Amino acid sequence: MSARLGMSLDTVSRAVPPLKASTGIAGFDEITGGGLPLGRTTLAIGGPGCGKTLFALQFLAHGAQQCSEPGIFVAFEEDSKRLMANASSFGWRLEESLAGGTLFFVDAQPAPDLVAAGDFDLCGLFAALHEKVAQMGARRIVFDALDIPLALLPDDAARRREVYRLHAWLLEQGLTGLVSLQSDHEDAPVQLRRPYGFMEFMVDCAVVLTHGMVDGVSQRSLRVQKYRGSRFDENEAPFLIGDRGFEVVVAWAMGRAEGPVTSERVSSGIERLDTMLHGGYFRGASILITGFSGTAKTTLCGAFVDAACERGEQTLFVTFDSYGSEVRRNLASVGIHLDRHIAGGTLRMVSARAISGSAESYLARIRTLARQHAACCVVVDPVSTWARSGKDLSEHGVAERLLDWCKGEGITLVCTRLLDEMSSLAEGNAPLQISTMVDTWLHLSYLVQAGERNRGLAIIKSRGTAHSNQVRELVLSADGVTLADAYSAGGEVLMGTLRWEKERAERAMTEAEAVQLRLKQVRLDLEEAELEVRLKSLNAELLAKQIEKSVLHRATERREADLAHGRAEMGQLRGADNEPIDMDPKRS
Amino acid sequence: MSTSGLHRFRLYVAGTAVNSTQALGNLTALCESRLPDRHTIEVVDVFADPRRALADGIFMTPALIRLEPTPERTIVGNLSRTQQVLAFLGLTDAAP
Repeated sequence: MSARLGMSLDTVSRAVPPLKASTGIAGFDEITGGGLPLGRTTLAIGGPGCGKTLFALQFLAHGAQQCSEPGIFVAFEEDSKRLMANASSFGWRLEESLAGGTLFFVDAQPAPDLVAAGDFDLCGLFAALHEKVAQMGARRIVFDALDIPLALLPDDAARRREVYRLHAWLLEQGLTGLVSLQSDHEDAPVQLRRPYGFMEFMVDCAVVLTHGMVDGVSQRSLRVQKYRGSRFDENEAPFLIGDRGFEVVVAWAMGRAEGPVTSERVSSGIERLDTMLHGGYFRGASILITGFSGTAKTTLCGAFVDAACERGEQTLFVTFDSYGSEVRRNLASVGIHLDRHIAGGTLRMVSARAISGSAESYLARIRTLARQHAACCVVVDPVSTWARSGKDLSEHGVAERLLDWCKGEGITLVCTRLLDEMSSLAEGNAPLQISTMVDTWLHLSYLVQAGERNRGLAIIKSRGTAHSNQVRELVLSADGVTLADAYSAGGEVLMGTLRWEKERAERAMTEAEAVQLRLKQVRLDLEEAELEVRLKSLNAELLAKQIEKSVLHRATERREADLAHGRAEMGQLRGADNEPIDMDPKRS
Repeated sequence: MSTSGLHRFRLYVAGTAVNSTQALGNLTALCESRLPDRHTIEVVDVFADPRRALADGIFMTPALIRLEPTPERTIVGNLSRTQQVLAFLGLTDAAP
């Protein structure tokens, strides 16, 4: 015995996961690191209607169908026909397993008029089960509502004896056992609960299921009370009974791999917003859009959805405030046509308006739908609806989990949050403090000026992105959604008509300036031309002068030459034998 | 009325478990004092024939089924509470 224990500890320390029997219950296997302890006994305790039977049934169905572990269901409470009928709505195909001999029901309900005269035991049951286990090679067994036969026993000693008998039998058989017990006070200390409270000490794993009301909203939760030889999540985890059965909402999966981080951008669906964000949202990021009622939050979502579907990405659009068809009609009025994407299969729209339930149930449903649709973009409009159901604390947790989950799956999440008018002063005054967790936060607001309400869009934060710090005007028209530059004048942002007027004034001013410039240019051209003309005439004058000057020069030269020639001739004529001396010009 | 006619019993026992042995003893004693020569007791050992236990839906042992007179009735336990057993068998009126 001790040798076996030592061996199993060794295997644990070598990081080989302890042997577990997978339950196939979304979330539960994550909490327990794989499922129930294999070959050991687990106790499921809970009040009436908290899902013990379903939990047990799913454990068996999964074992029989997915794990090649045939199972036996010993039903002390409900008969097998009712169990089958209840299970059929979850699509577990129990009939096939029954026919295939991998699942077997033992109807062990005591007859209502059964008389117990003196002490008895469950030997008959174990003898019968022993036979059946050997025959079908069962690996799993469920004793549902063991409290019922135990209650017939005459005293606590007898009850204790039968529980030990059961435990010993399970160990001897090496079966993975699940025993469910009804408990009426989950909160009472173990010792005070029921005479078989000692079972919790005996078993290797204990799971407590609760079903309560919080502010009139049903809240189901599950807690692993103990799990020998295994690490487990000790916190209470909300769960719900969904379309496929049990679903445990895991708050935070320890050691879960971080989602892929990319620097790939996805378009917001509005060209200018993409520019403001330097290319769009990051893929896999969470985007929060806050704003008052009617600030076009849904329209921004619609634009994103449209762009995502255009790229051919599977998209899930969850609307809480109105029905999907209404949303599509409204979006079509601003040029966003989603019907074709639905027809094409890329878009799935879900109206959660009709769903009533806890915040956890919304989350789980969104998760299930996103998985079914293989969505890589999810839009939740708005998450603030959760504030209507249940505690603030749990909503916060739920929104956080939605973000975490999307991050983990690499899903780009766009969610909106309605701000109520009272919290207008502080933009982030939100019961859902998810604004600190999101990657990009867009805030939409109204600006009331000159008798107009206009929509303004500001990027409050965008992690890892240089982004514009300006408030832009969001303009909706039949052609689509766009952003317009907002003019600031005297510290105020101008929008709508005021913006238009400002734009017009500026345009007029620019035109006047242009005319002035043009005029100046013309004037200068003229002056230049005048000067050129003058320059030309001066040049001509200069040339004339130069010609005159050269003419004069030549005339002078000729005259001088003539004079010299004349003197020499005169000398000859005078018969001078010598060269002329003291020529008197006066004489010539 | 109930004192006349044959009483047919079937007792399911779990081998030689204490409760089963006691039940057989108590039943035999009771029948011999109250229904002398007007009873038959069939003993089924669920250890020896577990399939039968499964088929008959016998999970608590010992279990006594009164097959006759009809209607069939089942009582579980070691039959140590004599008054309860007599009431079950409808023999209280005939008590001495």
